[in-house]
Amino acid sequence: MDVLTKFNVVASGPEGAQPMVFAHGFGCDQNMWRLVAPAFADDFRVILFDYVGAGGSDPTAYDPQRYDSLDGYAADVVEILRALDLRDVVFVGHSVSSMIGVLAQAAEPERFASLVLVGPSPRYVDDETYRGGFGEADIVEMLESLESNYLGWSAAMAPAIMNNPDRPELGEELTASFCRMDPAIARQFARVTFLSDNRPDLAAVTVPTLVLQCSDDLIAPVEVGNYVRDAIPDSRLAMLQATGHCPQLSAPEETIRAISAFVRRAGDVRA
Amino acid sequence: MTQQREAREAFLDALVYDDPVQLYERAPCGFLSTTPDGVIVKANATFRTWIGLEAADLIGRLSFADLLTPGGRIYHETHYAPSLRMHDRVSEIALDLVRGDGRRLPVLVNATLERDEEGRPRVVRIAVFDATERRGYERELLRAKEVAEASEGRARELARTLQQTLIPPTPPTIPMLDVAAAYQPAGEGVEVGGDFYDVFSVGRDDWVVVIGDVCGKGVDAAVVTALVRHTVRALAVAHEEPRLMLADLNEVLLQHETDRFCTVALMRLRRDADGWYAVLSVGGHPSPLLLRAGQAPQPCGGTGPLIGVIDHAEFDESTQRLLPGDVLVLYTDGVPDGRRDGESYGEARMLASLAAHRADAASAVDGLVADVVDFQRGVPRDDIAVLAVGVPAR
Repeated sequence: MDVLTKFNVVASGPEGAQPMVFAHGFGCDQNMWRLVAPAFADDFRVILFDYVGAGGSDPTAYDPQRYDSLDGYAADVVEILRALDLRDVVFVGHSVSSMIGVLAQAAEPERFASLVLVGPSPRYVDDETYRGGFGEADIVEMLESLESNYLGWSAAMAPAIMNNPDRPELGEELTASFCRMDPAIARQFARVTFLSDNRPDLAAVTVPTLVLQCSDDLIAPVEVGNYVRDAIPDSRLAMLQATGHCPQLSAPEETIRAISAFVRRAGDVRA
Repeated sequence: MTQQREAREAFLDALVYDDPVQLYERAPCGFLSTTPDGVIVKANATFRTWIGLEAADLIGRLSFADLLTPGGRIYHETHYAPSLRMHDRVSEIALDLVRGDGRRLPVLVNATLERDEEGRPRVVRIAVFDATERRGYERELLRAKEVAEASEGRARELARTLQQTLIPPTPPTIPMLDVAAAYQPAGEGVEVGGDFYDVFSVGRDDWVVVIGDVCGKGVDAAVVTALVRHTVRALAVAHEEPRLMLADLNEVLLQHETDRFCTVALMRLRRDADGWYAVLSVGGHPSPLLLRAGQAPQPCGGTGPLIGVIDHAEFDESTQRLLPGDVLVLYTDGVPDGRRDGESYGEARMLASLAAHRADAASAVDGLVADVVDFQRGVPRDDIAVLAVGVPAR
């Protein structure tokens, strides 16, 4: 299976420009970036994709063993970068993709120029003095509520919406698939996302990093953002006025400004 | 009359022109309005009663997500909120509200996002429905689904285990003779099929090889398969001649309560001073094929009636001397009957494959099975069993 189809990779912007890869988090798909990514398509080669099981990816490529840890997802990111032979990459990861980006950068550092982590959390579950914001029981309960909300999920829908870029009438269904995935895949992705502990991986980041922190984020509170900034060597934190966990949807302009200021500054340093 | 009608109209008018405030406040569902980022700006009386909080504790102080369980908040942030922004509406989201006293209220939530003229989000309207009983029912459904999946898994495992006991995975080694066999279940191989084979020794240089096909599939067929295999083993001690073994097997099957029949090709392999020879007898089964250098594949053993259909059936037998390099191939009808798009694999392809792979027993079996499975694009429609014995070339 060709990598670009497997991950529903969509590229825009000038070929040969510095690549900017936008990675969605748990729950939805690359549509999460639709208000932000186009703002960078004049100056950057913008790459969007869906993780296996999400959006327009190929669900048959799902392998429960590969995706039993975030390393499997990080390997997917590296696979995409290799397939397109991308270097000097600005990686923008939302939510769990922040940690996936951290792992991918450690795996293949020479391909990355910088990281933008939107609402990152290296560990969601409280641990001794560390406050992630959730108890284990909360996560178990969330997994159960997933089951309830995927009751109406139809397995028949998945094959119809994939691999049909030449059939625009499927676009509507694709939008309908936003935030929907096979319940079995969603459950495992949720478990891997919310029970991982990536605190030890933060120190291994070797590129300039921006932490984008929302002011009232129930999933990744400010203390967690500060923790990430303190643990990653060359990093800074930009505080957004936006609330919630998805500033790229609720405050796209502010998000664009913050990312833009960082990537253009990082670009100057590089030049 | 007139009075009565007037009274009725007045009554209906009172319902139609119900006080909109009461309609909102006392609706049989909770109504909330929030800012685009979730802060509650309005909540009806029904909702306030359900949640057990006064307007003063609610309005402008809490956001909708604050009223959810921690797990529900994660779902809210990762699914609900993005979906609402994308589609301007979400429906039938299952969440648990946490009441003022800490108790949970399972609800179903519908929400719409209203935008201003410039398309900027202005207000979110939320309708909340008590789903306590429905959620209980759904939990039972989910549990039943899990139980069903687990028991299906066990059934598959049982079928596989049963199949493995019916088909010896590798035939025994016979001194001075090559034996090879392969079994490929139909489709995805989750059901116990009716094909079987067996190779066993009766004495020194005296072996019985049997292949057969019980009609039908599933547990009933498996019972008959086991019966036939064990009966053949017992009869091999009572009789020397394959034709008598088949005649007795026929009686056993007729007396058994099953109305299933089977086909069998049976041979007794013996070695004397001149080498190996086979005595073959066939009951309703495709004749074994002899592969000999310089010759086309040759059917041998004749034919005979189905086993388990007619009383006092009689069977022929024939003797075939095996020369060095000879290979005898036994197969079930899953081979010639293999189908692709309505076309069968057929005898001609089978003979051509065997002619091309007759070097020894193993290559005859492997070559034929690979060919017929490939022909069916990897998914055979019927069970396939192939067994071959070969005399090593000197």
